[in-house]
Amino acid sequence: MDRWQRMQERSGNALPDDLPQALAAEGAHGPVIHAVNRAAGLAGVSVGARVVDMRALCPALRVEYADPQGDRTALDRLALWARRWCPWTIADDWAPAGTVGGSHGLILDTTGSDHLWGGEAAMLAGMEADLSALGLSARLALAPTWGAAWALARFGPVRAICAPTAPLPVAALRLDGETVLLLNRLGLRTIGHLADLPRLSLARRFPRGAPAQNPLIRLDQVTGHLPEPVSAPDAPPVFRSDARLAEPILDPSHHLPGLCAGLCEQLAKARHGARRLRLTVYRTDGEISRIEATCARPSRDPAHLAFLFRDRLERINPGFGFDLISLEAPATEALAARQADLAGDPDSGQDLSQLVDRLTARFGRTALAQVQPVASHIPERSETRIPPLAAPPAVRPRPTERPQRLFDHPEEIGVLHTVPEGPPAQFQWRRRSYRVARYQGPERIAPEWWQDKPGTRLRDYFKVEDTEGHRFWLYREGRADDGRGGAPRWFLHGIFA
Amino acid sequence: MASFPLTQARRAGLPARRAGATLAEVFPAPGAEAAAAGFVMAQLGPGSGAVLWIQDRQARRETGRPFLAGFHRPLMLLHLSRPLDVMIAAEEGAQCRALAAVVAEIRGDPPAVDFTAMKRLALRAEAAGVPCWLIRQAATANLSAARDRWRISSLPSAAHPDDPRAPGAPRWRADLFRSRDRQPGDWVVCHDPGAADRLDLVATVPDGPLAEDAGAVGQRAAR
Repeated sequence: MDRWQRMQERSGNALPDDLPQALAAEGAHGPVIHAVNRAAGLAGVSVGARVVDMRALCPALRVEYADPQGDRTALDRLALWARRWCPWTIADDWAPAGTVGGSHGLILDTTGSDHLWGGEAAMLAGMEADLSALGLSARLALAPTWGAAWALARFGPVRAICAPTAPLPVAALRLDGETVLLLNRLGLRTIGHLADLPRLSLARRFPRGAPAQNPLIRLDQVTGHLPEPVSAPDAPPVFRSDARLAEPILDPSHHLPGLCAGLCEQLAKARHGARRLRLTVYRTDGEISRIEATCARPSRDPAHLAFLFRDRLERINPGFGFDLISLEAPATEALAARQADLAGDPDSGQDLSQLVDRLTARFGRTALAQVQPVASHIPERSETRIPPLAAPPAVRPRPTERPQRLFDHPEEIGVLHTVPEGPPAQFQWRRRSYRVARYQGPERIAPEWWQDKPGTRLRDYFKVEDTEGHRFWLYREGRADDGRGGAPRWFLHGIFA
Repeated sequence: MASFPLTQARRAGLPARRAGATLAEVFPAPGAEAAAAGFVMAQLGPGSGAVLWIQDRQARRETGRPFLAGFHRPLMLLHLSRPLDVMIAAEEGAQCRALAAVVAEIRGDPPAVDFTAMKRLALRAEAAGVPCWLIRQAATANLSAARDRWRISSLPSAAHPDDPRAPGAPRWRADLFRSRDRQPGDWVVCHDPGAADRLDLVATVPDGPLAEDAGAVGQRAAR
């Protein structure tokens, strides 16, 4: 919910907090509520109920669809961000089977880290402040085991530290809905009730092995009799190679091939390819300066990577010299080893991507573009510039005749025309007059009402040829009696071959 | 008189296509820049490979940009401001075998377009087998390393098959005034932009028996 709220705020269409809002997910019998905001919660909207029921309860409820996959990746990123407090963090999204609704959480093993933050209470307060600075609301609890922390964070008091778990309901044991129901029917409402029972009878009553269906296993996990270690995933590897110099220098170009070779060796070991590169020099006056380069496709070819920096090294500000150069790859992608084909030729697609990289590195990102047709009859809208290699080039043949050259901005011409609705007899363009010998047209192109401003005039296109064989594409903007401005103006928009 | 086999030229539809790709230069007459672009695209023929089209700022401002709908070929446009950059980019593109062709448009006679740069470009294009075309707008034909050098000017178009008042298929005057391995010639070229996408040759000077024999096809050896 918080993530969705933040996205809405970023896109500028956030609703005020006091309107009830909810996120829905697909359930077995139609959409069900996945998350609610505070106002909706006060209005009685509950997580897991069907959207139609809750609409009846709260007619003003505004429902959007949730994005569970996005939530999951955001949680994984947040788990890495939480490494600021302690080195072992994992994202925990255990939820009872068959239910929807986020029970997203982070598990942090803070053993030995809390004194760095001024004690456990101060650490929890600091965590809550940092998370709320991110726009996230959080319920925090600290306990000796994973299970107890899970239970206290969801069912215990605010910022509970090693609080007793006995008075919590049995649902706090991370059990399935069916098992919780069965325990309730047996009269076991709290964890304390369950713990008072003899272990033997519990083991006999719940012989199944899965932890979510076996209260005994969960109970042992809460009390710490059964180990449940936090196995944190490795942080994404950092690809970086350094060159430490004995004396400050001003020109890094001699060290670049070595740096690139070192980086590519690391990348090859991890089977990755660099998409973005950053060259940083640490200057003797305490400043750093950096330049970046990007690749169109992941690459770990040292010569290619070195080439990307070749003409940009002069843009780096050396100051009074630098004694440490580091080359790192902040963005990488998986890249398997590549095999040349039987004739020994390199892959041609890779060849094209290297060309794109070299041209983009040298001339900037906006200079090179691929042209893609767009479904529009307005000539300047009928094609768009997309990044090179973004999509396979698709060219549809057009039934109508189009010029080979098009001006970015149509140029106004002075005309002399005999018939008001016909082509000009003579026109003047760039201080030269042309006498029209033959013409074809008009081809009428109406404005696109769904995106043009009201009052945009239609265009009548003519292909004209002058007496010397120059062929032009002219248009008249509007008609004399269309009531959208004065006399129609004439423009030259393209040149035919 | 004609070293170039006429029937073959008519069949292939092109007067100047050959096996090895190389560097060629086109000098359009004033006002015929679009004709030069059309001529180059017609020489490249149909295909699905991408064409890298490089323009300097002057050329783009004076004669517009290539329009995809008029070309029926995937285009990669590179807009640069300096002629020197155009030559560098063309050299990069000429090394890339994945491209179908490299077309560079330069306006005027900048010092960057000199014999050395052209020679490098020609060697790169021949080594990689990528045809490279240099459209030199408003330029003088100085010393050059281009293997073929053309002059293009536009002519009144052919008759439209349906409408006598409308311009039909475009016609150009193509003058191969210098070539490394062929005899120069002077043609009137009629481009059929439809499905055939072929170039037809029309006699500039009626050649007596040839013109009677081969209909509208002829060739005149130049100087």
